[in-house]
Amino acid sequence: MTRRIAVVTAGLSSPSSTRLLADQLTTATTEALRASGQRVEVDVVDLRALAHGLADRLVTGFATGELEKAVEAVSRADGVIAVTPVFSASYSGLFKTFFDVLEPGALAGTPVLLGATAGTSRHSLVLEHAMRPLFAYLKAIVAPTAVFAATEDFGGDRAAGLDGRITAAGGELAALVAAAPARPVEDPYAEVVDFATLLAR
Amino acid sequence: MQFGIFSVGDVTTDPTTGATPSEHERIRATVEIARKAEEVGLDVVALGQHHNPPFAASSPTTTLAYIAAQTERVILSTATTLITTNDPVRIAEDYAQLQHLAEGRVDLTLGRGNTGPVYPWFGKDIRDGIDLAIENYALLHRLWREEVVTWEGRHRTPLQGFTATPRPLDGVPPFVWHGSIRSPEIAEQAAFYGDGFFSNHIFWPASHTRQMVALYRRRFEHYGHGSADQAIVGLGGQVFMRRRSQDAVAEFRPYFDNAPVYGHGPSLEEFTEATPLTVGSPQQVLERTLGFREYVGDYQRQLFLMDHAGLPLKTVLEQLDLLGEILPDLRAGFAEGRPAHVPDAPTHASLIETRQEVAA
Repeated sequence: MTRRIAVVTAGLSSPSSTRLLADQLTTATTEALRASGQRVEVDVVDLRALAHGLADRLVTGFATGELEKAVEAVSRADGVIAVTPVFSASYSGLFKTFFDVLEPGALAGTPVLLGATAGTSRHSLVLEHAMRPLFAYLKAIVAPTAVFAATEDFGGDRAAGLDGRITAAGGELAALVAAAPARPVEDPYAEVVDFATLLAR
Repeated sequence: MQFGIFSVGDVTTDPTTGATPSEHERIRATVEIARKAEEVGLDVVALGQHHNPPFAASSPTTTLAYIAAQTERVILSTATTLITTNDPVRIAEDYAQLQHLAEGRVDLTLGRGNTGPVYPWFGKDIRDGIDLAIENYALLHRLWREEVVTWEGRHRTPLQGFTATPRPLDGVPPFVWHGSIRSPEIAEQAAFYGDGFFSNHIFWPASHTRQMVALYRRRFEHYGHGSADQAIVGLGGQVFMRRRSQDAVAEFRPYFDNAPVYGHGPSLEEFTEATPLTVGSPQQVLERTLGFREYVGDYQRQLFLMDHAGLPLKTVLEQLDLLGEILPDLRAGFAEGRPAHVPDAPTHASLIETRQEVAA
């Protein structure tokens, strides 16, 4: 069975430590899934390239082009990896905007792995105080381990600790994805509420 | 096939001059635009209904009755009549009255309206939007067809032996279109009654319009009103023309960039690609418009938005002249290859005829 993983990353610079963390989480997840005999396809949604499209979406109410494809990829994914830089004590506005424009229910029941990056580890509880409530609201199934990476985690003697957390988190997401039933493809135009039902409501 | 214009009645500052028409000027301009529409050979003039600034269009039947007195042929319609926040009893009365004054040159498009604050002004709640559209129309449908109505629902006070007056002209209710941008329930409602379905079309990508119309057609057939390709479909459209397409783009861009609803968002080029907006030569407008039926099938009514975003009256009237010039080609183009069993949009005369056929 092929499992689709969508990776949403809101890093802005290039190279981006947010993207780096997203890539490492992706590798950990896909390796764990493959080890359990699953096939995996990965869609990476790099929000920097969609910033204009997201602003247009807010103004016009509809998504076009690459943004439409990204929304579709995330909405139909069997698992999502969502990684943001910390801006002003929370996820970035760009990150939030992407999840704002998903259809209601798009992530309901979807396993999600959370990650965040910042210049200092003093921001690490953003994962628990900002990101986890957002995805609880979206009715996603959030993996117990969320991964925070500060600048100091990417080098020196703390890097091994980060690697361990990444492997653990990837394993958790893989287990959630492998255990979840295949997501039904929803077409709002395929089935309609019968008029008699509408009238009786 | 009917062609016409629809207006939202916005009072918008002209971004190129900074001039804002007064409400009085805007309302008088609406009448002049309607007269011009008839003069250039268009079939339909549809007016919006809004209850908040920057619109001057709260009472469509008043304006339409005045237009009726100044025109002879054009069909008067709406885009849209708010079925959610208007009392269906008042809609039944207002549009029947208009039918009598306009000698039957009347139909209407029902819509929910999309701004939350409007609902409470009329004692309603936007969360009930779909339910209001369903219940209110069920009542409106009866008020026009049954002399005496006893009724009870959830959203208005009950009626006991009530007769809406005046009765519809010749006993034939005005034809109803149901307008929607994105609610499948409204396509279902239109299909259930065998009414028309009007897709706004202009604010959303064509792929979306295609799906909504396909759903309506499928359900129209399901409810036994005819085959799917006999369902009554109307589309919005938005164009700006000059003889040379680069002149059209240059002149329209500031209006586009600052327009209500979609302004300050995507570029003119992006929006043109994503939606049916066509800015260019009359020939380009002709070709793009003829292409709509490739994704909705042969349809009955095409309305264009021409008078919004602060465009001056003079410019709008020039646009209507240009539309009038391509009108014969539009008619010929849409007639080409159109199967004989695809009906025209119902009119007062055709509805009387249908009734006589049923009786005979």
